[in-house]
Amino acid sequence: MPSTFETVAGIISETCDIPLEKIKPESHAINDLSIDSLDFLDVAFAIDKAFGIKMPLEQWTQEVNEGTVSSDQYFVLKDLCANIDQLVTAKAA
Amino acid sequence: MRLEYFQMVDRIAELDPAARTVRADCLVPEASPVFEGHFPGHPILPGVLMIEAMAQTGGWLVLAMLRFQRMPFLAQVKEAKLRAFVVPGQALQVEARLLHDGSGYAMAAGSIASGGKKVADAEITYRVVPFPNEILRAQMLETARRIAVPEALLDG
Repeated sequence: MPSTFETVAGIISETCDIPLEKIKPESHAINDLSIDSLDFLDVAFAIDKAFGIKMPLEQWTQEVNEGTVSSDQYFVLKDLCANIDQLVTAKAA
Repeated sequence: MRLEYFQMVDRIAELDPAARTVRADCLVPEASPVFEGHFPGHPILPGVLMIEAMAQTGGWLVLAMLRFQRMPFLAQVKEAKLRAFVVPGQALQVEARLLHDGSGYAMAAGSIASGGKKVADAEITYRVVPFPNEILRAQMLETARRIAVPEALLDG
């Protein structure tokens, strides 16, 4: 079974046409991979579907815009994957 | 349809929040300035307005499911297929099915049929955001009543 990161990297690679080898756990989706907000909707849709969750993008975006958290917390892939794992666990509970 | 005002939906025939589907009736007007340019001597409904009709129909579904607390704006159109010409006076049945209600976005599959034959389909993505002002929300509610969106779905 692929790891969360492998699944997310595969989704990003396919959705945004980015070579898989360029996608690292340390990559920032926006700053490093240049995924724009519209492409990120496609990524979010595929992640929501793949993991059976609903990523709270509105809340995350609001927190980043208000400066209460760094965008790294949600958009660096290893952190994004940790958030996905938490959402999957919360859903299963 | 009032093409000049971008009012594509005449009437919501069925809206089922549980099934996440909507069906709308749209009658292409016999005359419109749009047909004077598109095209002289060969009036047909522009494909972009067929896409708009699908986007608006799905948009009414999103609005109703959110009880008009948020507004869907067209963000992306995928796999649009315009399969047949649509002419003045033609009756259209436009359908949409919600594929996903994400956080701040939604996706729907739209289609248009006429006389039992599919004439267009597309996958539509919306950004779903708070209404920018009360004027727009009030106008959307007024239009919703005119096109017969079920009253129970108008307000949360």
